[in-house]
Amino acid sequence: MTLLTRPVTNIDRLKTFFNHSVIYALLLIGALWALFPFAWMVLTSLKGYTEAYAVETFLPTRWLFSNYIEAWNTVGHFPRYFVNTLFIAICTVAGVLITSTLAAYAFARMEFPGRDVLFLILLATMMVPFEVTLVPNFILVRNLRWVDNYAALIIPWSASAFSIFLLRQFFKSIPQELFDAALIDGCSHLRFLFSIVVPLSRPALITSGLFTFLASWNSLMWALLVTNKPEMRPIQVGMAAFIGEAGTQIQLLLAAVTISVIPVILLYLILQRWFIEGIATIGIRG
Amino acid sequence: MADSTPMVQASPIRANALPRTRRRIEWSAYLYILPAYVIIAVFHIIPVFYAIYISLHKGPINKFVWAGLAHYERALGGQEFWNSLITTFTYAGLTMPFTISLGLFFAYLLYQPFVKARGLFRAIFFLPYVVSTVGSSIVWAWIFDPRSGLANWLLRTVGIQPLRWLIEPSGIGELIAKNMGWTIPAWANGPSLALVAISIFSIWQAMGYDIVIFLAGLTNIPSELYEAARIDGASGWSLFRHITLPLLAPTTFFVIVISVIGSLQSFNHIFTMNHAAAQSLGGPLGSTSTLTVYMFDQLYTHSNYGYATAIAILLSLIILAFTLFNFRVLGRRVHY
Repeated sequence: MTLLTRPVTNIDRLKTFFNHSVIYALLLIGALWALFPFAWMVLTSLKGYTEAYAVETFLPTRWLFSNYIEAWNTVGHFPRYFVNTLFIAICTVAGVLITSTLAAYAFARMEFPGRDVLFLILLATMMVPFEVTLVPNFILVRNLRWVDNYAALIIPWSASAFSIFLLRQFFKSIPQELFDAALIDGCSHLRFLFSIVVPLSRPALITSGLFTFLASWNSLMWALLVTNKPEMRPIQVGMAAFIGEAGTQIQLLLAAVTISVIPVILLYLILQRWFIEGIATIGIRG
Repeated sequence: MADSTPMVQASPIRANALPRTRRRIEWSAYLYILPAYVIIAVFHIIPVFYAIYISLHKGPINKFVWAGLAHYERALGGQEFWNSLITTFTYAGLTMPFTISLGLFFAYLLYQPFVKARGLFRAIFFLPYVVSTVGSSIVWAWIFDPRSGLANWLLRTVGIQPLRWLIEPSGIGELIAKNMGWTIPAWANGPSLALVAISIFSIWQAMGYDIVIFLAGLTNIPSELYEAARIDGASGWSLFRHITLPLLAPTTFFVIVISVIGSLQSFNHIFTMNHAAAQSLGGPLGSTSTLTVYMFDQLYTHSNYGYATAIAILLSLIILAFTLFNFRVLGRRVHY
């Protein structure tokens, strides 16, 4: 179209084809690098004990799907770990979404003394790394007799300054006119919030719910401190404890790991867009 | 009265603050923020002050005795704290150059307009970052297993002596020198092979995150710039070198800061891989004891609550410095 373009020759086509092939090949290598540990995990989890430790064959000679049943029944209190974690994660997500929606609405749409100062304090708490509050919270939870209690794993994490911040930004982008119109019609704040704001804010709610779920499902350090009884452990602590036990069989451990990552991978497959956009937005906005 | 204010001056008042009567105060707002604020105050605000108090005391829980600045003196005056800080930055130095260059590399490949299945590739690259660290660390500890691991299988296949990976405290420089029959000075020993193995895991895990961030940064570069440069005769490498790279500088800077902070806080995978390799926390020989690992060891293994909290506060000051630096530099670089 410009003066610089010249007719496309066969050589050009060949060059383009070559370039494209190289780029696809490189992308494929990258994808294999990202995926091979998962493949190795699943393959090992299906082998017999001797075969798993021999590494002579890549594929199992006999595919022992029964390893999964055995892992479920013998890796520590695995069913308990799984249900504990699911329960804790769901409660935490519900808690974060409810408390954050209410607070974010007040910060975005209501007028009250001290609003800006209170919001700034919230923002400041996001700068404090989790390690600082670790010991004080441990002592507090101990004194509340919450050790080995679900409350210790749910309540401290069921409000999030970050989610409030994210939702407030979103709520602010909802046009003021919509709000004024609803108010003139005699709509209360609470009704306006739940019948108009919340449905409109699905992306922000999904993003903050998703990242809360992930953080809860994957958390380790806090759970290590506040759980002693094996049956109270969440999945990550349970698996970490099981590695150290004598006579651990790798194929069973890896079957357990596979089961433990399935919920996260399923969630990822369903909500992939929100995962990646969430990271990109959060990342860029700091 | 609007005439009396000069139009050129930007109004500090928000755009929607039209000449309407001031909205009335709604006291019910406090009820809306109450649930969130109570939890955040109890578990995230007050504990900061309590942490300062704890860091100035020693002894068992609920029987604290005043210790003054003893914990801070022990940290800053002793070897252990500085060693773990050095380990942390060594770990960051082993990981970051690879995650950033690979992240940028794959993001740039994915960004090419002709690439189909971009979403699929991005999803695959991002997968290691999503999966729980404990799980993937167990898998990698198995890959690094000295007897039955995939890593040593690979080494044997290409004719190299198998290594001890996660249980090897010797430096990589030392190992290479020994293999070659050289003698090298102690400073050239380098980081332990165990730390290198953990870094390989981190590169695998963090690469996808960097790809996503770089891809977002690339998408933000206006395409007119590329078109203009192409008309001027630029292509291929020079487009990348003179347009992409400079315009990605803020993104790169952000990734660096996030990675350093991530290294300072790294814990889950080190804990799990130490454990899986039957090493004590931060082992072998303390060579994988990053700052957070060191803090947790003091807390969990030694019950030194005051000292662990003092380390956590020092850690938070380092992170704060990086965060503020990030804001400052990014704030300056927003406008070109």
